[in-house]
Amino acid sequence: MDFGELMSIFIGVILVNNFVLSRFLGLCPYIGVSRDTSSAAGMGMAVIFVMTMASAATWFVYNYMLLPNENNVLYLLFRKMIPGITPESFDLSYLETIAFILVIAGLVQLVEMFIAKFSPALYRALGIYLPLITTNCAVLGVAQLNIAFSGQPFSLLKCVVQGAGAGVGFMIAMLLLSGIRERLELADVPPSLKGVPIAFICAGLMSLAFFGFMGLKI
Amino acid sequence: MRALREFTKGIIERNPIFVLMLGLCPALAVSTSVTDAVGMGLATTFVLVCSNVSISIIRKIIPYRVRIPCYIVVIASFVTIVKLALNAYLPDLYKSLGIFVPLIVVNCIILGRAEAFASRNGVGLSFMDGLGMGVGFGLGLVLMGFIREVIGAGELCHLRVLWKGYEPMLVMTQPPGAFLVLGFLLGLFNLLHRNLKKSKD
Repeated sequence: MDFGELMSIFIGVILVNNFVLSRFLGLCPYIGVSRDTSSAAGMGMAVIFVMTMASAATWFVYNYMLLPNENNVLYLLFRKMIPGITPESFDLSYLETIAFILVIAGLVQLVEMFIAKFSPALYRALGIYLPLITTNCAVLGVAQLNIAFSGQPFSLLKCVVQGAGAGVGFMIAMLLLSGIRERLELADVPPSLKGVPIAFICAGLMSLAFFGFMGLKI
Repeated sequence: MRALREFTKGIIERNPIFVLMLGLCPALAVSTSVTDAVGMGLATTFVLVCSNVSISIIRKIIPYRVRIPCYIVVIASFVTIVKLALNAYLPDLYKSLGIFVPLIVVNCIILGRAEAFASRNGVGLSFMDGLGMGVGFGLGLVLMGFIREVIGAGELCHLRVLWKGYEPMLVMTQPPGAFLVLGFLLGLFNLLHRNLKKSKD
């Protein structure tokens, strides 16, 4: 495996194609939970965790259940029962949206139960953010990007690296914005721009700053 | 009369983008041009109306504890229909909307209306509510698309509208422009609400 390529995916998805600032994914938690730094950090950690897991899980589902190939689980299962069946009979790739959202929803539930059982301290820190993540479009977005933006199918390792990088990029953007918003509390902002509108304007300026990474070549 | 009110409330008074602040990701991402905005608005309205109606029909059968997964499956099915139809009949629009077509599933407006309205009201009212919210969302998208396309490219629906020597502000069609336009529009809506309240008092 080419380490340099993995590195360029990782850095690229953090700085060049930041999920929040240039792809507009996951804006609801980005604006909703960035009022103070500690909750931004908690949400960021939860997102990194779920995105990495979801990238791996959706990779397995897509490659072994939805795509028509020799390793398709359904094909292997029914091969004996129905004679003359080919892998092409199991082309379920049109079900990807339904399959992915169910996998992610199930995964978030599982992660939540697992953390609650094994690490109550971590659960107290991340617990309230986990259910919110099911409807975070960044998680479904990374699963879709893993399959959509690759000429040939992404390998499992690349998907996981892209998922983790997207999570890290999300957390960085969120921490930066929460720092700015904590200062904004004390600033003299025009009354009708207070709160969310000024947060969006700051996000716009941050996005402009992230443009500087556009020509980055690794 | 009530049905008409359910329809109109989604357009200004409880506009999903500018007042409820739901569904912001597609609002920012696909408002680079008016054509994309109209396409996305129609696709979302279709899903919203269909899911509201179906959920309202089956609302008494769904067990309370698993209602959210049920809603998500219903919504995802309609999104798949939209995705396949767009891919077949409007491939150019499908390409320019990109991953935001499958991402209609996680648009918080749709799940929000299912939970807050369709699971408690009859089929007719849910239909009107979905239609109103969808139209409100679409109009919000078109407003943002209009501002961004005219200032950012000097065009409207890919036709030149501003004078010849106009230098397009390219940043408006880029991501930062989206954030700035939405920020100022939200501020404008706040200002309008404030003035309306003052004049009522």
